[in-house]
Amino acid sequence: MTDLTKLTLSEARDGLAEKDFSATELAQAHLDAIEAGNSNLNIYVLPTPDQTLAQAKVSDQRIAKGEAGRLEGLPLGIKDLFCTRGVRTTACSKILDDFKPTYESSVTQNLWNAGAVMLGKLNNDEFAMGSSNESSAFGPAVNPWRRAGSDDKLVPGGSSGGSAAAVAADLCLAATATDTGGSIRQPAALTGTVGVKPTYGRCSRFGIVAFASSLDQAGPITKTVRDGALMLKVMAGHDPKDSTSVDADVPDYEAGLGAGVKGLRVGVPKEYRIEGMSEEVAKLWEQGIAWLKDAGASIHDISLPHTKYALPAYYIIAPAEASSNLARYDGVRYGLRVPGKNLIDTYEETRSAGFGDEVKRRVLIGTYVLSAGYYDAYYLKAQKVRTLIKGDFDAAWETVDVVLTPTTPSPAFAIGEKSGDPLQMYLEDIFTVTVNMAGLPGISVPAGLSFEGTPLGLQLIGKPFDEATLLRAGQAIEDAAGRFPVPKRWWV
Amino acid sequence: MHVDEATVRRIAHLARIKITDEEAAGLESELSAILDWVEQLDEVDTATVEPMIRVVPISLKQREDVVKDGEKADEIVANAPMSKDDFFVVPKVVE
Repeated sequence: MTDLTKLTLSEARDGLAEKDFSATELAQAHLDAIEAGNSNLNIYVLPTPDQTLAQAKVSDQRIAKGEAGRLEGLPLGIKDLFCTRGVRTTACSKILDDFKPTYESSVTQNLWNAGAVMLGKLNNDEFAMGSSNESSAFGPAVNPWRRAGSDDKLVPGGSSGGSAAAVAADLCLAATATDTGGSIRQPAALTGTVGVKPTYGRCSRFGIVAFASSLDQAGPITKTVRDGALMLKVMAGHDPKDSTSVDADVPDYEAGLGAGVKGLRVGVPKEYRIEGMSEEVAKLWEQGIAWLKDAGASIHDISLPHTKYALPAYYIIAPAEASSNLARYDGVRYGLRVPGKNLIDTYEETRSAGFGDEVKRRVLIGTYVLSAGYYDAYYLKAQKVRTLIKGDFDAAWETVDVVLTPTTPSPAFAIGEKSGDPLQMYLEDIFTVTVNMAGLPGISVPAGLSFEGTPLGLQLIGKPFDEATLLRAGQAIEDAAGRFPVPKRWWV
Repeated sequence: MHVDEATVRRIAHLARIKITDEEAAGLESELSAILDWVEQLDEVDTATVEPMIRVVPISLKQREDVVKDGEKADEIVANAPMSKDDFFVVPKVVE
């Protein structure tokens, strides 16, 4: 039999429908791949094989009865930021300890309702704070890609590093992820996978461990654009449990993929031509422009004048919201407790032992910018800049339908290479963070290889709630660029 | 903006995170560097700009004021590091 783990999500769906294989066989193939590869890649922080096989068995029964859901029998990896009932959920932080949610996140519930099967919980940066997966309490997930002629371990990006690496290494058919400043798109770019960050409000945030509530959004990481369309359709939708989730129709994204980009107006923002952009990334961007032009789109130079202020404004807003959200970890209601001399001391000891360095840094920055006397100078100022960033895009939408940029300024780096300097790491999100600040949808599509033989991605940014156009344009890039499977399974 | 060690300690206490002397010294330079970097926002004239308070222009929905959930104290304390009779147990706070 062919290797079932090499299938795309939509191929596996079609294969199950044709009864080429069973959901149990498909699940077992993935469990075997995880068993063989996880010790080298550190992608799953908690495989759940018993649950996987139980769900697959139910799927086989439903398929036999002709009652298959949209994702029936398809094995997925779940970022450990999504609460899963009865299954340990840690956000890859020590402070959540052995937390077993008594409820299910709405996004994962949507997936199970559609028949999907869970393989386990995936590694990520602690509380989704990071761009390399190195801040995880479980240690870094490893990128299945290597530089040509080198055995150095590369980062898969972050914060959804485990999700992206799992998809690239065929340790799941697709994965859930979350994106606060680039955490879906940047790891997708660094692993040759497709990452979709939907419009803010498209997917429910209920049951997702909160980082920065006005920026967080769930989305899929997949092997192809078609798979992203299939996953997003099921993940998205209004949820009364999240007051910021939007009550709007979710189109059948997959059905619209074939429509092409003839007449589509593509904007190319001059402010993204930053100093220090690697030559290969600049070249790839030109290539992307040419591909879309060849497919019938028109190309327009645009200006997004406040682009350079997005990242500094983000590093006020995100830590401020994080310091507030993470106040709940008090050693009383759930998770770790380190006993102190009194209640305050217990809080301080618990949070000192439970949070990692990057999380502490951000909670402290957030506490500082929100402290008495500084609120207007920092948080309010950043919220005003955010209005200007959104205004840049609103103006752009008068003349273009989508915006094309690189996803990252450079390809995957080695573990340890950037971990000494927080500011250097923050720059990883320079092209992705504007999208979160403006609440827009974005997609990263693999588009080429670096000089080192590692993947690079192009990012498309769309109008609010126009993921359909974004996916259609992403399909055009995938059609031109082809797919980028990992050349060698060195981890087995 | 340079934050000195005393400020780092004050902020850490506000955030209820105990820090060692070594951590305090490191944080002093790291936080100062980050705050210096975000100061570039001062270049932007925001005198007449409204702050963004809503990402998507929707108004919050109202729901019926009815009880739909509850009677599950055991679930709520299920993950507590210490609990007794459906209460969270904390160190003594009143002498």
